Amino acid sequence: MTDSQSTSHLRPKSDHPLRIVIVGHVDHGKSTLVGRLFHDTGSLPEGKLESIQASCERRGVPFEWAFLMDAFKSEKDQNITIDTAQIWFHTEKRQYVIIDAPGHKEFIKNMVTGAAQADAALLLIAADEGVQEQSKRHGYLLSMLGIKQVVVVVNKMDLADYSETRFNEVCAEYREFLSGIGVEPMGFVPVSAREGDGVATLSSKLNWYGGGHIVDTLDAFSQPPKKADDVLRFPLQDVYRFDHRRILAGRIESGSLKAGDTLTFYPGGKQSKIKSLEFWEQEALNSVGAGQSVGITLETQLFVERGHVAIRSEQGPIACSDEIRARLFWLGQRPLEVGRGVKVKLATQEVEARVHQIHRLIDASTLNVQNEGAKEIRKNDVAEVTLRLREEIAFDNADVCEGTGRFVIVDDYEVAGGGIIVDAPYRSTQEKAQAQPISPRERNALLGHEAGLIIFGDSLSEDSRTLVENRLHQKRILTYRLSDDEGSHLTSLLNAGVVVLAEHKAESLKHLGAHQMLLSSEDDVQKIDTFILRLKGLSDSRDFEI
Amino acid sequence: MRDHLDELEAQSVYIIREAFKKFEKLGMLWSIGKDSSVMLWLVRKAFMGHIPFPMLHVDTKYKIPEMIEFRDNLAKEWGFELIVETNWDVYNAKKTFPEGNATRIECCSALKKDALQSLISKNDFDAVFAGIRRDEEGTRAKERYFSPRNTKFQWDFKDQPPELWDQYKTDFAPGTHIRVHPLLHWTELNIWEYIEREKIPVVPVYFSGQGKCPPDERYRSLGCEPCTSRVKGEAKNASEILVQLKQSNIAERSTRAQDQEAEDAFEQLRAQGYM
Repeated sequence: MTDSQSTSHLRPKSDHPLRIVIVGHVDHGKSTLVGRLFHDTGSLPEGKLESIQASCERRGVPFEWAFLMDAFKSEKDQNITIDTAQIWFHTEKRQYVIIDAPGHKEFIKNMVTGAAQADAALLLIAADEGVQEQSKRHGYLLSMLGIKQVVVVVNKMDLADYSETRFNEVCAEYREFLSGIGVEPMGFVPVSAREGDGVATLSSKLNWYGGGHIVDTLDAFSQPPKKADDVLRFPLQDVYRFDHRRILAGRIESGSLKAGDTLTFYPGGKQSKIKSLEFWEQEALNSVGAGQSVGITLETQLFVERGHVAIRSEQGPIACSDEIRARLFWLGQRPLEVGRGVKVKLATQEVEARVHQIHRLIDASTLNVQNEGAKEIRKNDVAEVTLRLREEIAFDNADVCEGTGRFVIVDDYEVAGGGIIVDAPYRSTQEKAQAQPISPRERNALLGHEAGLIIFGDSLSEDSRTLVENRLHQKRILTYRLSDDEGSHLTSLLNAGVVVLAEHKAESLKHLGAHQMLLSSEDDVQKIDTFILRLKGLSDSRDFEI
Repeated sequence: MRDHLDELEAQSVYIIREAFKKFEKLGMLWSIGKDSSVMLWLVRKAFMGHIPFPMLHVDTKYKIPEMIEFRDNLAKEWGFELIVETNWDVYNAKKTFPEGNATRIECCSALKKDALQSLISKNDFDAVFAGIRRDEEGTRAKERYFSPRNTKFQWDFKDQPPELWDQYKTDFAPGTHIRVHPLLHWTELNIWEYIEREKIPVVPVYFSGQGKCPPDERYRSLGCEPCTSRVKGEAKNASEILVQLKQSNIAERSTRAQDQEAEDAFEQLRAQGYM
C-alpha cells in the first residue's frame, strides 16, 4: 500500500473484529439503535438512507431506522426483527461486527444464535416500559453463553422526559435481577436511539449523566484474552488418507502441539508421537495453537477416529464418563422429558443421551426455581440436569475449556438446546468396566475392526467368494458366511462386530448402518483390500486414496 | 494464529471438513467469481491440495466470456471434476431478459435458480457449498453456515435452525438438502486481502485494462454480461483494489442489476432456492 500516511480517516486494518450482540425485550429499540449508530457515525453505504426512506414511504410509515437490519419484507411489514443479522462497523479505534438479535419470545433460538457468537453485549431496556420478561431471559442466557462483558443501555429516554430518576429506577431494578444470577454489568448508559441522544454524541438533554455515549462504550470493551497457554485439547474431526499418508485432521480448541509431542487419545487412552504437521501452500510451522485447523501424522498407526480428543500425555488425562452434570437451555417445541432419547454433540463427539434427573428447573425470566419432581424441560426454560450417555465421552468443565465443555442437543434432526458442563464426575475406565456392559466401541477395539457386510452378486463365482473370505481371515478379520436360512441372525452378528458375507437375494440387507460392500463382478474383488482398511478405521469412509 | 486472515481461514477449513465428513453426496457451487475462487483454495487447504468433490457451475450462457475461459483452464490445470448445468429449454426458446422476453428477475429465476435446482436433483446432492457472505446483502446477513432447504428447495428464513458453538445442522430429513456457507463471516475486503496474500488466481477482468475493460474500468462483481456493469477506477492488481475498497462507501452488489429491482425481489429469489 502506497498511501498509508494519508489513510488515517479510513477503516483500520482488518484485525480481528470485536463482536457485539444487541439484545433485550421486543420493541425496546435494538434495530433502531443499530440504524442510528450507523447513520450518526457516517457508516451507511451510499444510497442506503434513500432506500430506507423509500421502504418507509411505500408503507406509509415515518422514517424507521430498524430497516437497515430488518432485511426481510415480513420484518419490515410487521416492524419486528425475526432473525439475527450481522453488519460490519468501525470506529477510529477498531473494527466491530454488530449482531442484532430479535427480542420476541418466539425467536429465542435466533437470539441465542446471534449471542453465541459475541464477545460482548449491549442489553437494551426501554425507559418507559422498564424491565420486561425478555430483558431478564436474555440476561440469563448471556451468562449461560459465557458472555462476560455486558453493558445495559436504557433506551427511549425521550419517552421518559430524559429523567435521571427514571433512569436510576430502571438501573436499580435490573441490577437486582443481575446480581441474582451473579452477573455484574460493566455500566448503564442512557440514550434515545430514535432521537440520536447519547449514540455517537453526548446530549445536553442528558447533562446529568457523566459517562460516555454508545461509541465510547463499544471502544471500552476489551478483546477476550486468547488461551494459548492452556492444556492441549485437540478433538479429531476426520481421518484422511492422502498421498499414502494417514492424516488426522481437526481444530485445536486449546493449547498447542508440535512434531515430537506424545499424544494420548481419549476415550481409550491410546498413545503415539506426532511424526509431522501437514500443510498445503503454507510455510511449515513448528508449532500450532488454539483456533488452528491442522493435520498431523503419527509415528505409529492407531485406531483413532472422529470424536477422539487428543491431549499432550505429560499434561495429564481429560475427564471421561458416560454421565455428566450440566446446565442447559431448551429451545425445542417439544419438551425434553426425563428418559427420552436425544443426541448430544460435544466438540466432534456424538452420543445418544437421555436426561436421567432434573435437579433444578428455572424459569429464566422470573428466576422461579422448581427444585423437585420436574419431569420435563419446556421451550425457553433453563435446567440443571444429569445426563446419561450411551457411551463414554471425553470432556472438560466449561470454565476450563469451552470447546470441550459445552454441547448442543439434537432432537429429531434439529438442534434443540445447548448446555454447559458444570461437573465432571471422573470415573476411571477400569472402574467403569466393572460396573458397565461392554460398549460396541470397546468390542471393536478388541477385534481391531468394525462390523461389516459384504454382499455377493448372483454372478460371482464360488472361487471368488472363497478367495474373499480367506483374504479377510488372513487380515485377522472375524468373518461369518451367512446361509440362506440364517437371515434373521444378521443383525445380531453385526452387533457382535462380525463381518458377514451374504447372498444378494435379500433386499432387506440394505441400510443397516454397518460398512457395506457389494461384489457384483470379478473386478470388484480387487477392491477388498480397500474395504479392509475401512473396516480397520485406516481409511476414510469414502475411498479416495490418491 | 498469526493474524485475522488465519482465523477466517481456520474457521472456513473447519466448516469445509465438517461438511465433507457429514455428507455423502457433496458438491461446491463455483460461480468463478473471486469468492468461490477463495472457497476452492480453502478446499485445497483443507485436504492438503486435493479437491475431493466436484465443482458445480450454473452456466446461463450470458456470462462474461473471460469467466468461461478461466473456468475451463483452471479445471484442466488443477484437475478437478467440473459439472456444468444450463437451462437449455429457456435459453433456446429465448425466454430471457437479453432477448427482451423476460424481466431480469424472471431471467435469473429460470437460468440460475431453476438450473441450480435441476443440477442438485439430477446429482442427488445432500449438500452443496455456496460462497455467499453476510456483508453482501441484507438477507445473506441473516444466513446460517449450514442452511437447510426443503424438498421444494425453499429456504424457510422465518424458521431457521439455531446455530451455536460451531455445532451445525448436519442431520436432515430425506429429500431436503443443506447449503453450506464457509465464507459467511468474510468481508469483501478480507477476500481481496486473502487473494493478495495467497496469490490466488482470479478472472482477469477484476482488473482494469484486462479483456474488454478499458484502462480505467474494471468489474467489482462478476455475473451475466447484460446485467453486470463495470466500475470506474484503475486497479491493476489486488493491492490496488484494496486501496480503493478502503476508500469506497458504495455497496459491492450495486453493479448487479437484478438486486436493484423490486424491494423484495432478491429475497423472493433466495427463498425459492437461489444462492
